[in-house]
Amino acid sequence: MAPISEKLDRFFDEKMKEYPTKRSFLVPMLLYSQDELGCLTDEVIAHLARKTELTELEVSNVISYYSLLRRKPLGKFHVQVCTNVSCMLRGGEELLDHCKDRLGIGHKQVTSDGVFSLEEVECIGACSWAPAVQVNYDFHENLTAAKMDAVLDQYKNSPQQPAKY
Amino acid sequence: MAELSSHPDEVKIVSSRFGKGAADIKRYLELDGYKAVEKALLMTPDAIINEVKTSSLRGRGGAGFSTGMKWSFVPKESAKPKYILVNGDESEPGTCKDRPILEHDPHAVIEGVIIAGLAVGAKLGFVYIRGEYRYLVDIMRKAIDDAYAKGFLGKNIFGSGKDFDVRWHTGAGAYEVGEESALMESLEGKRGIPRIRPPFPAVVGLWGGPTVINNVETLASVPHIILMGGQKFADYGPPKNGGTRLFCLSGHINKPGVYELPLGYPLKKMIYDVGGGIPNGRKLKAVVPGGSSTFILNAEEAEQMNMDFDSFGKRGEFLGSGGVVMLDDQTCMVKFALRIMKFYQHESCGWCIPCREGTDWLKKTLTRFHAGGGLMKDIDNIKYLAQGILGRSFCPLGDAAAIPTISIVDKWRSEFEAHLEGRPCPFEKAGVASEVPVIA
Repeated sequence: MAPISEKLDRFFDEKMKEYPTKRSFLVPMLLYSQDELGCLTDEVIAHLARKTELTELEVSNVISYYSLLRRKPLGKFHVQVCTNVSCMLRGGEELLDHCKDRLGIGHKQVTSDGVFSLEEVECIGACSWAPAVQVNYDFHENLTAAKMDAVLDQYKNSPQQPAKY
Repeated sequence: MAELSSHPDEVKIVSSRFGKGAADIKRYLELDGYKAVEKALLMTPDAIINEVKTSSLRGRGGAGFSTGMKWSFVPKESAKPKYILVNGDESEPGTCKDRPILEHDPHAVIEGVIIAGLAVGAKLGFVYIRGEYRYLVDIMRKAIDDAYAKGFLGKNIFGSGKDFDVRWHTGAGAYEVGEESALMESLEGKRGIPRIRPPFPAVVGLWGGPTVINNVETLASVPHIILMGGQKFADYGPPKNGGTRLFCLSGHINKPGVYELPLGYPLKKMIYDVGGGIPNGRKLKAVVPGGSSTFILNAEEAEQMNMDFDSFGKRGEFLGSGGVVMLDDQTCMVKFALRIMKFYQHESCGWCIPCREGTDWLKKTLTRFHAGGGLMKDIDNIKYLAQGILGRSFCPLGDAAAIPTISIVDKWRSEFEAHLEGRPCPFEKAGVASEVPVIA
């Protein structure tokens, strides 16, 4: 039994055919698997290693390079606050502090109910709409503390979005 | 999602379809969509390359290398397949221009890939989009599927007898992968460690085959060049700096946004007319001209610069990526240098020693310095460490960390001195960021 859904596995098989080597689609496969499972488990690493004809160590080496990939689960909604230069100049650090206070957690921590996690991230490409935050893959821009509260409230009361692939 | 801005001085070429629903292929076709590919199919490869050379289009990712020249380096005959690779790993701090292109005009990028393929004899192109831009990956996937459904991609495109395929690909968080050889490693399913050059990708690239790697904006410019003619595009900018460019204004500026302006546009006008000047009645202190990897300008220099590659090149500096960040007179330059270094230290892949160790030592020194633990000799040491990376790292990331640091120490030495002897940061109480009004 594959650790990922059959649909996702078939999608990977189709995409892998588009490349001259088996490992080429590995980075997207890791990201899309993580979207489905919440993190990259030993089982999924073994599964993707078999598919790509790599060792599990080789797959782990790739995982450790990319900042979006993780071995441990985070919150249902992962709040990523940019504090790089353009955001910093428009209140990104204050926004991060506000999120820490509001959620009661620090960088890369998860709330006790598992709903939110927080991370200070590097430039997310929202410089002209700073300060900006990504919650999972959704962008929230031109934020203030009050707008941030509204964003967090909206997620708190919404069902988890299904993983997309 | 990416909000659109407008100014009367704009010349909308690459952004001409923004806000017009052109991600939908039907709408794109109503707006001259895929006409450039049809035209290019009737041209010889040399004629396409010459048209792009005439346009004097230069790489919009930041390096500013002639696109036509880059294409001409690909060998005509090759035992291995040739590839086109679109660099959509936009991660340079201050830069957010590929996002609106991929969101509003994905088919223009596909057209650019096909035309580049016709020019160099490639039959397969990859669009690599950074992992954080998932919604743009989804938009691109749909655009590619729609293009296949119409017969614009696949076998015998437009009934020309020629085949061309375009695939989408995504990263998973890595600034370093924006460097072209690291990008190829990532697309091959590996850690994004840069490759030694030569050989250059145009000769030995993806899976050993000749590969053209262009930025999203560069390729989105190509269909317009083919349709309007290279000379017309070139005439928008000064000699050898053809066309327009998307400039992303951010930081302490009244009207931040992405604006398409001719190359050579005066930076002073960009700040005070297009951007509406500096908020809160403050004065300009510094400008990051094109992403955090460029030499930082002081206000006096900024007011004299024209925004084209050669105006910067003749000073030994770089126009960069189009990310123009304004800093007002209440910004602490030591803190700014520290934030930039924190970024490069985080993103250094650790492969080569000057970059890995240099960025780490600089981050530690600047952190201690900004906290009031600085010594007079640290100021020269910061510059010395940065110079130790410059030109000695495996890929441009090390240079990118060194360049802004050296220019900040040189131009704002007095601010470093103001932090000495355990004194708190002189700007901390001014509340630099929190007082800036956030646009509703």
